[in-house]
Parts: sequence; structure tokens; C-alpha cells
Amino acid sequence: MNGPFEFTLRLGDDALIAAQRLAEWTTRAPEMEEDIALANIALDQLGAARLLLTYAGELEGAGRDEDALAFLRDDREFRNCLLVELPNGDFAVTMAKLLFLSAYQLPLYTALAGGADERLVAIGAKARKESAYHLDHASLWVRRLGDGTEESHRRMQAAVDEIWPYTAELFAPDPGAPVDPSTLRPEFERVVTEVLAEATLTWPESGWAPAGGRDGLHTEHLSYLLAEMQVLHRAHPGARW
Amino acid sequence: MVTAREAVAAVVDPEIRVLTIDELGILRSVEEDPATGRVVVTITPTYTGCPAMDVIRADIRRALAAAGHPDAEVRTVHHPAWSTDWISDSGRAKLAGAGIAPPAPVRPRGVVPLTLSVRCPRCGSPETEQLSRFGSTACKALWRCRSCSEPFDHLKAL
Repeated sequence: MNGPFEFTLRLGDDALIAAQRLAEWTTRAPEMEEDIALANIALDQLGAARLLLTYAGELEGAGRDEDALAFLRDDREFRNCLLVELPNGDFAVTMAKLLFLSAYQLPLYTALAGGADERLVAIGAKARKESAYHLDHASLWVRRLGDGTEESHRRMQAAVDEIWPYTAELFAPDPGAPVDPSTLRPEFERVVTEVLAEATLTWPESGWAPAGGRDGLHTEHLSYLLAEMQVLHRAHPGARW
Repeated sequence: MVTAREAVAAVVDPEIRVLTIDELGILRSVEEDPATGRVVVTITPTYTGCPAMDVIRADIRRALAAAGHPDAEVRTVHHPAWSTDWISDSGRAKLAGAGIAPPAPVRPRGVVPLTLSVRCPRCGSPETEQLSRFGSTACKALWRCRSCSEPFDHLKAL
């Protein structure tokens, strides 16, 4: 496998799995406006995933298009981070996941937009505008819940404590990649520190840092997600409408 | 005789039907090969996941065929990324006329902060509030006027 293919595949898989998870909220969100918001964010992630997976397929040069990569790979072949495949949990967990994901994707796409690869420049420039909205949305909710009632604070803090360890994997050094993820950490921490402080929340000091997603070693949750996402395409290979 | 450019420029956006794709700023170019009559249209999406793109492509091909240009290809580009600054003045006026508050100019630093006042497209009052950052389509947010109490769509600056 070559470097740019692997890198682009990781980003595409992050966006695809995040989209699938967020879409689970559709018709189930706590209020109509939030239902629409989460579906829109899922749609943005899916849009980015399609561009990234299409490009990854071209880089690989083995004739796989976006559908082949999305629907015809098994869990061990997916390269998404563990963070995006974790279950949605309660609304606080979903917002903690979205805060950390968008605080990572925004500087990542911004760096891509200033990079050397023309296709990734175009994708980064487009996707970062959408990421800014996602980050804004998650930040508003984390602030509102963290600095809200005793119960909302308790649950938001529990969500941050639960999800935080999974952020370490996002910044594993990869010096050969078009953007080395470790260089994104300072901006991520600056944004997250600010939001958590305003929300009267803290992140845990624990050193536990689960990883493996980039090597295809996933949590048990990914297989179930893929089963639902891929069932139609696998039952009717090549189906179109 | 309607030129290929005129035929394509008159296609309306399927989700905001008061605007043409030209006024929305997603039509990048229309090129006709004088020798073969083949038309190549280039468009760009507002949002990466915009679900209306397939319909727009089909509408463009249908408009060209009706105008006597059956041999057409529609290409999609993502660079440079679409911005609400590309919406024409006539497009902004039509949005406001249809009760959709047009977007403010995009700041150099990206997303416009929440505090910026959006005028109610019905009564013109600046006393408005955002109900939801995400609206009926990816490009819109839901707002409400505190003066006349009407809810309205606002095309987000992007």
C-alpha cells in the first residue's frame, strides 16, 4: 500500500463511519431542530467521505470506486479511528464525540487545503467550511450541558471522561503522510481546552489510550455498524437507482 | 434559437426554486464545441453532500436537449470551493422576495459569528433569533423574527 492511498482511506473511513453513526439519530433526536442538525452534519460527513473514498480508489489504482470501498470491505480492512465507531450513547456522548471529531477534522482539512496534492487541496478547502459549523454546533451543546444543571453537567462530564481516551489515536505520528496528524494536536487542544473551560468541564488525566483503528483492529461495535450499512449492497451487488 | 449557455443558465435550483443555478453561483462554465455541437457544462456543489446534484445534472441535460443540444456532458468540480459570495445580486433579491434571508458576506476568517443580526425577510426587522443552525436543506438555517413572530429560512454564509 502506498502512503497517500492509506492516508486518504483513513480520512474517508473516519467521515463515512461518523456519517453512519450520526444518521442513527434521525427521527430519534431530542427535538426536531436537533434531528435536522444531526442529519445535516451526517450528510456533510457523507459528502466528504464520497470525495475521499473516490480519490482513495483512484490512488490505489485497483479499480475500486467509492461504493466498492464503502460496501465491500470487512471490518479489518477499515482504517477509521475508534472514536467514530463508538456507539452514540446518550446525547452528551454524541456531542463529546462530535466536539473531538470536528476539533480534529477542522485543522486537518485546513492543513490539506494548504498542501501540495491538488485533489486533497480541493477536498480540504470544501470540507473545512462544513467542519467549522460542526465544531460550532458541538461546542454550543457542550457549553450548554456542561454549564447547565447539576444533572446535565454530571452527564456531560461523564461523556467527556468516556470519550477522551479515544482522542489519542487521532494524533499518532505519521511523518510520511500528506499531513502528519501529530502536528494537529496543539490546535485541537487549544480549541478543546477553551470549550471545556467555558463548560466548567475537565478532561481526565488517565493515560489509557486505546488505538488500533488505523491498523484495522477495531472495537466490537464496528462489525454491527457495517452489517447494517452494507446489507443492501451485499444482498444486491451493483444495485443502482 | 436559445444558446447552450442561456438554456443552462435558466435551470432552477431544485431546492430553492426561485433561483437559477447561475444566480446561485454553482454554474462554472458552459462550453460548446462549434464543430461537433457537443456541450460541456461544469458545476460545483454548494455542500459536499448536497443531495440535489443528481437532479441538477439531469435538469441541465434536459434543458440542453430541449434547446437543441442533445450531446451534453455535465462535469462537477470542487475547486475553488463554492461560497455564498458567489450568489448574484439578482439572486439575493429573489431569495429575500421568497422569504429566505440572504447570507451576509463571508468574513476572511471563515464562518460568520452567531451574533451578526439577520434581517427578517418579511418585515425587515433586525430583531431576529436563530432557532436552529441547520434548516430544511444543508445550506439553510432556521430563524425567527421577534418583531412579527414569523419563522424564516436563512441561507448560511459559507
